[in-house]
Amino acid sequence: MERPIRVLVAKPGLDGHDRGAKVIARALRDAGMEVIYTGLRQTPEQIVEAAIQEDVDVVALSILSGAHNTLFPKITKLLKERGAEDILVIGGGVIPEEDIPFLKEHGIAEIFTPGTPTSAVIEYIKANVKRLAKK
Amino acid sequence: MMELEKLLLNRDKRAIARAITYAEDDEEKAREIIRKLYKRSGNAYIVGITGPPGVGKSTLTDRLVKNLVEEGKKIGIIAVDPTSPFTGGSILGDRIRMQDLTTHPNVYIRSMGTRGHLGGLSKGTYMAVRILDIAGMDYVFVETVGVGQSEVDIIKIADTVVMVLAPGLGDDIQAIKAGIMEIADVFVVNKSDREGADKTVLELNMMLDLDMPKEWRPPVVKAVAQEGKGIGEVLEKIHSHKEYLISSGQLEERRKNRIKMEITESVKNKLMKDVFAKMGNEEFDQKIQKVMAKEIDPYTVAEALYRQILERRE
Ligand SMILES: Nc1nc2c(ncn2[C@@H]2O[C@H](COP(=O)(O)OP(=O)(O)OP(=O)(O)O)[C@@H](O)[C@H]2O)c(=O)[nH]1
Ligand SMILES: [Mg+2]
Repeated sequence: MERPIRVLVAKPGLDGHDRGAKVIARALRDAGMEVIYTGLRQTPEQIVEAAIQEDVDVVALSILSGAHNTLFPKITKLLKERGAEDILVIGGGVIPEEDIPFLKEHGIAEIFTPGTPTSAVIEYIKANVKRLAKK
Repeated sequence: MMELEKLLLNRDKRAIARAITYAEDDEEKAREIIRKLYKRSGNAYIVGITGPPGVGKSTLTDRLVKNLVEEGKKIGIIAVDPTSPFTGGSILGDRIRMQDLTTHPNVYIRSMGTRGHLGGLSKGTYMAVRILDIAGMDYVFVETVGVGQSEVDIIKIADTVVMVLAPGLGDDIQAIKAGIMEIADVFVVNKSDREGADKTVLELNMMLDLDMPKEWRPPVVKAVAQEGKGIGEVLEKIHSHKEYLISSGQLEERRKNRIKMEITESVKNKLMKDVFAKMGNEEFDQKIQKVMAKEIDPYTVAEALYRQILERRE
């Protein structure tokens, strides 16, 4: 059997609900991926540690609190420090257009704003996941 | 590879993670690692945590492990959840209850999907346990969902099996009676803050007393994992079961059986790989056609295939 893509769906920051994260988690599962879901209020350190221990191919971050400009780059920086910069990091949630270039500069591969169909996220992951071939 | 092995022995989490990925995806590589480091294995005590969905297995595991790390123990946790047979996907959510342990230096947690493997474990689980054992963990906890007789493989892996239940699972207790009762070494009635806990404990005890007298009578412990209640007692029972296994010679027996299983599984997987490789070609298609036309029967084809594989291996 072919190896499923492993994705960590994480919710950094302090905002209190995870509806969006759950929707994306289910969509990725239905697309045949193995989704590791870690729950609410994760610190960047916890997210990176979980990504390493789970040896995931993708980290999908969901955020509503507006703290993406500090939290997202912190996560990519920590991943780099651990030698795990080959993990594909994507983000979603309420993120203003004008913040997107900054986030991409800091290692977030793609940002999905509200209203993006989940199928677009799935296709993006399938087309851009890096670690499958490497092994 | 050399580097990975060295890091593994240093309990480097990335190295452990990669080795377990091999166990899941590339058995050959995982086998190579285990083969080289096998002498280092055999020191971890393996605890299975099983029971129906949602009874608090992950919460209980989190609490038990928190107690053990306070004593300086090193712990590996493997949480197995079912993979959807239709999509091949899964949501593995056990980490939600173990958030505080995520960054603990002496704890490693891994979620696994069953990926079509029956029995409640995944094909890679056994090797993953071995890898954690080799990495020097004092305990390895394996959480699986167990509701029926088809999900009792946990007993093949664990030294002590903890069956977690909750009040108000009347029908589930019936299911347990029907076959998986035998696999539990310790019963935990979790969510004892809810009504009906004493009744569940009573029912279990009655069931256990009706059972044939055994050297080890599984104890029944009440717990409220969410509030950390009863955790010490559960650990105590795990420890006394361990002592019983050692003094009665059962531990050796269990481990011997496990080695046997490991060997058969390994042979089976290797053979299966060859079988599937053979089945891909045109010659095989033609044979199927012949069976369809009743020129030959499936067993003759199977026998020939088996011989072919054996000859090639010699
Ligand atoms: N009332 C009460 N709730 C609890 C207790 N322990 C756990 N829970 C809650 O029960 C729910 C399920 O807990 P988990 O630990 O995820 O249960 P599980 O058996 O691991 O679940 P699965 O892995 O999905 O089968 C969570 O909402 C917990 O907070 C308890 O002692 N009392
Ligand atoms: Mg669980």
